[in-house]
Order: sequence, then structure tokens, then C-alpha cells
Amino acid sequence: MEPLSWGGIFAGMFVQLIPVWIALIVTFTVSIYYKRKLGLYGKLFDSTIGMIGFALVMFWVFVAALGSMDMILTHDPLGQVSGMKNKLPGTPLRGAQDGDYAHYLLGGDNLARDIFSRVMSGATIVILIAPLATLFAYMVGITLGLPAGYFGGKFDTLLSFVANLVLAFPVILLFYLLVTPEIVNTGLPQYMAIVLFFFPLIFFSVLINTRLKQQPQKNVIWLCAVLIPLAVMYVVTINAPSTKIDILGSLDFFNPAAGILVVFVSVVFVNSPTVFRIVRGLTLDIKQRDYVAAAQTRGEGPWYIMLWEILPNARGPLIVDFCLRIGYTTILLGTLGFFGLGLPPESPDWGSTINDGRKLLSIYLHPALPPAFALLSLVLGLNLLADGLREESLRD
Amino acid sequence: MGLFILRRLGVMILTAICLTFIVFFLTNLHPNLEKLAKTQGEMRMSDEQVDRWLANRGYDQPLPIKYGEWLGVWPSKIIEVDDGRAYGRCLQTGVSIADTPRFCGVIQGDWGFSTVFKDEVSSIVATRLSLTGKLMFWVMMLMIPSALLIGVLAGMREGSRTDRSLSTVSIITTATPEYVSGVIFIALFAASASPLNQWLASMDWIEGRTLFKGTATSAMENANFNNFFLPVLTISLYGMGYIARMTRASMAEVMTAQYIRTARLKGVSFPKIVVKHALRNALIAPFTVIMLQIPWLLNGVVIVETLFNYKGFGWVLVQAAGNNDIELLLGVSVVSVIVVLITQLISDIGYVYLNPRISVS
Repeated sequence: MEPLSWGGIFAGMFVQLIPVWIALIVTFTVSIYYKRKLGLYGKLFDSTIGMIGFALVMFWVFVAALGSMDMILTHDPLGQVSGMKNKLPGTPLRGAQDGDYAHYLLGGDNLARDIFSRVMSGATIVILIAPLATLFAYMVGITLGLPAGYFGGKFDTLLSFVANLVLAFPVILLFYLLVTPEIVNTGLPQYMAIVLFFFPLIFFSVLINTRLKQQPQKNVIWLCAVLIPLAVMYVVTINAPSTKIDILGSLDFFNPAAGILVVFVSVVFVNSPTVFRIVRGLTLDIKQRDYVAAAQTRGEGPWYIMLWEILPNARGPLIVDFCLRIGYTTILLGTLGFFGLGLPPESPDWGSTINDGRKLLSIYLHPALPPAFALLSLVLGLNLLADGLREESLRD
Repeated sequence: MGLFILRRLGVMILTAICLTFIVFFLTNLHPNLEKLAKTQGEMRMSDEQVDRWLANRGYDQPLPIKYGEWLGVWPSKIIEVDDGRAYGRCLQTGVSIADTPRFCGVIQGDWGFSTVFKDEVSSIVATRLSLTGKLMFWVMMLMIPSALLIGVLAGMREGSRTDRSLSTVSIITTATPEYVSGVIFIALFAASASPLNQWLASMDWIEGRTLFKGTATSAMENANFNNFFLPVLTISLYGMGYIARMTRASMAEVMTAQYIRTARLKGVSFPKIVVKHALRNALIAPFTVIMLQIPWLLNGVVIVETLFNYKGFGWVLVQAAGNNDIELLLGVSVVSVIVVLITQLISDIGYVYLNPRISVS
């Protein structure tokens, strides 16, 4: 077998990614066709920058989704093939059987694993954790920021002090203090998870209860439908076998892979104070408006006003910041991987692979560059998307 | 104004105390102490030996007391062991136990002893901080002028082609974390395997085999363009885009103001309008952003110093955190908290001076 030329490598990758291209084309055709009926999402397709950003983000989302369904990877991301150590891109696989993909498209890393497959499966980890962690940070930030801004007073002073405290911490020091194995063994991240993961429950119960208080029957149905699955998820997520918190025993059907929970908790913890500050600032601004005064004269409760009058009117800046913050979370995840914290060392996430690749960077360029460009393109896509959304939401 | 600064200083001290207490608590958790005992004493100590090792050095005291000793508000205990040796924070060689001072904490100027570097924390922090100071100075020299220039050029004609391309550049730089840009720069300019370097070397245009050096270790004593430019560029780039975008936004806003239109109608030339009329008002917002960027740069410093092996403050932070070097870690966190809070204070005060419409209440 001949090694592939650069043209051959790109052609190979293009062919390998065909499911992603199809999914992208379908998404774009449908969205552009119906864009007038889709609100803010549809308006995104009026701005070029927004479309480019959306395409970059959706590319990685589809890679993550289809990659976990095993439609894109050429090799096992953890599998080592002898003789493929540090081999250049396009090197034919040594001892390839029928049914094996015949080349290492982007070469092999220092443990003879296929770099292309590792980058693609790294996307799954990032796309799974980053938006979800940002969402949790938003739940925490909103649930605390709204009352802090609305009521003010001692509660606000205390929470703002705590938020500034966390923000004054150098992020990397915080990661080192939370994510080292010794601390993980004490169960501290799990205790933090108990607190942080409880906020979505509070948020949704208050959200539903304030809206449907007058219709008790509907209220109960809605509360059950939302809270029971959430509560079950809450309990099985924080419960992990053979740690300090193991009360369910064999009932525990969901256990995230080693280290993911810890990484998730620390990222949520670092992000929520900033969200808190943003939400608090927006609330301080919006509570002066006439419609809030109108709701107050109507005799609405404070939580109803916060969640159904103030929050929907703060959505513009929050959506834009949400996109930016997913990018920032991706960068934080990469930082964790770069310092070898949290995730297991063989994990294919981009930060860890960059860290592995940089050690031999002066001799072998190819292991470190693909994950670096992957991370760059995803964060760039999110920033462009946020820019497009900001432009379009300012237009009306 | 005086009262405002005083109140801020009070909050600052309170924040520093809370933060160091958290660091103290986390580093003094039992598994961490066990690790410390095993790395400092012997790897194969039994649990009993570990406990005795910790007790001899006073690590088994209640947390508030240990914290008080570190802070210098609680008399430091001196523990005499059976074999005649004594352990205590305040002991110094050549000073008898009777003459040893009772308090020796941060307040007395004694920052403790690093278990990893076997040296006084204060001297380690001072030398490393001066190295990082050198790095930061050049980062500022590169980052601020170029960010302001990009921002002003982009913002003076909003929507023009210059604006679009410069804005794209600044978005790209904000999307590139230091560990990505650093790796790309090393691969491109500092690796002998890079096509660029091979071409340059084959043309005999560069001495040696690479354009820049991939490590900045030699820059600690003797910094030059060759070994120092890449780390400086890597840190500056990430912050640059953000400052440039803020400057652009503020410049674009100023350019739509009435007095600018008046000046144009009077026939003042465009460069003169930008430099004389717009610039001053447009630079208020970026000033705050630049000051608030400094704590953020601290993060970049840690990554870049690790990546380029430049043994400054960020490198010490990683070493101290990785080895659970309690007193060094506390020293490092005190310094970084002070940096963060002082920059916030300066940015608030400076904002008031630059913008007379805002007053401190």
C-alpha cells in the first residue's frame, strides 16, 4: 500500500464525513426554506456571519452525534496498532485485515492510535459536556441572580460577595484544588454536585408553580411530569458506587464515566458566578420598567414577576451570552485536559490530546495540530453564532 | 473618595482572608496531608508513621488554630520530639527555643517554607513574580497598542471592508485559547520539522534550524526576540481580540455622536477628527476592560509558562498545586488575589477620573 498524498488524505476525510455533510445540507435547506416561521432562529439565516458560525457549530454537533453512532470513526480511538507510532498522515495501516480502514488518515500519535478517530470522538465529549454544563451554570445563575437583583439588600450583598470570591480565584488553582485525586476521594466534588445540581429542580418547580398556581389540577400534573424525571436523574447522577455517596446500591442505573462528573461540577462552579452577575445586572435594569410596576399593582407574587416578567425580557442578552459561554466552557475543558486534570489520561478529549501532542512537538507536528484546530473551529463557530444572534436580535 | 477606597480595601482584606482560608482548608484535607507526609518523609510509611509524622509537625491541630498560626494571630506551637529534635513554624537555625518569637505568620512577614523548593516562600514568590513581571510588561507593550489600533481602525468607519476584516481577526483571536495558539506557533515557527523552518534553513536565511525558540527557559536570564517573542505573542493574542472589540464598539458609538458630525460639517479632515475629537472619548471604555483583563491574563500566564517552560509565577503555581505545597500555594493565592482586587480598584477609580459623568457614592 502506498501512503496517501495530501489530496488523498483530504478526499478520504471528505468521504468519511459524508453523513455529516448530508445532515448539514438537510438542516440548512429546511431552515432556510422555513426561515420566516422560525423566529430568532430563522433570522439567523439572514446574516452571513451567523450562518458560518452555525455551520461550524452544527458540523461538530453532527460529528459528535454520528461519531457516537459509529458512522464516522475509522478506527477505535483507544486502540493501538503496532508499528503505527508517530506515523505521518496518510500512512497505510500495517497488517490491515479485510474490513479495516486501510490508512491512518491523520497519522498516529505517540501511542500508535489513530489521530483522526481520536479527534472525531473527542468532539462527543466536548459537545456533551460544554452545553450541558453551561445550562446548569445558567440554572444556578438565574435562580440566584433574579432574587439578588430583585430584592437587593443583605441577600444580594452576601451572594455578590461570594460570587466575587469565586471570581477572584485563579481558575487553574481552583481546578487543581478540586480535581486532584486526593480531593476527589474525599467526596468534595460530589457534595458540590448535590448543591449545584439541585438548582434545576428549584428553578423548574418555581417556574411551573408560579404560573399554574390558580389551576391546582394542571399544576400537579405539570409538576409531576417535570420534577419526577428530574429528581430521578438528580439522584442517580450524584450517586456513584464505592464513593462516599452510595445509598442506592444496585438501583443506580446511570453512572457517568470516571472523572466526567468531577470535571462537570468544577466547570459549572467556575461559570455560575459570572452568569449570576449578568442576570443580577439585567434584573436591576429591567425591574424599573413599567410592565413590572403593572404586575406589582396587579398583585402578582415576586417570583412570578421574576420568572415570567423579567426573565423573558432578559432573553436577548442571555441567549447571546449563552453561546459565548459554551465557547468559554469548551476552552475551560481544554484547559483541564491540558493540565491533565480530571479526565482519564487516555481520554480522546481535545485538551488531553493537545497536551500529549505538545511534548513531541519539535519533531512530530501532526499529533497536536488536528485537536488544536478542532477546538479553535468550534469556539470560533460559537463566537460567530453569538455575533450573528446579537446582530439579528438588535435589528428589531 | 477616601471613604470609597477605604471600604474597598476592607472588602479586599475580607476576600483575601476568606480565599486563603478556603485554600488552607482544601490543602489541609487529610488525603492531601497524607500525600505530603509520604512525599516529604518516606513513600512506604505505614498509617501510624504518617500520623506521627503529621503530629510531630503540628499538622494534626484543629484547622482554625493552624490557620491562625499561618496568619500570625495565634502563638505558634513548638513540638519537641523524643529524640531531641523540635519542630515549629518559628524555629530558626542558631536560635534557641527560649528566644524564638511566639508569633510568626504572614502579618509578621513570615510567609513560611516551601516543601518542594526547600526555600522561603517570600523569596520564591519575589523572584518568580519578577520574572512574570518581565513577561507581562512585554505582553502589555505588544497587546495594548495593537488592540487599540485595531479597534480604532475598525471602529472609525463602521461597516467598511477594513472594519469587517479587522473584526473577523479579533473574533478569531478571542476564539483561540493560549494552549491552541501556542501549539500552533511552536509547530509553525519553532519546530525543526515545520516546512517553513526547513525552507528558511535551506535558503540559509536563519541561523540554526528554527526561526524562534520553542522554549523560553533561556529568556529568564537573557530575553531576546528569538526566545521571548512567541510566549509574549501567545498571551497577547487572546486578550487582544477582546480589547479590540470593546474599543471598536466604543469608537463606533462615538463616531455617530453629534459633535463629530458638527466637526465634519465644519470641514475638519477625517484623520484630525479621529485623533483630536473621537479618540479621547472612545478610550474610556477600553481602559476598564484592559484593567479587568489583567486577572484574566494570569490564567494565560500559567498556561504559557507551562507550555514554554518559563519558570515564573504561573509555573510555580502549577508546581505548588501539583505537589500540595501548602505554604507556597497560600503565598501564591494571596498574591494573585491581591493582583485581581487591586486591578478592580484601579479600574473603578480610573473610570471615575476619565468619565466625569460618573461619581462614586
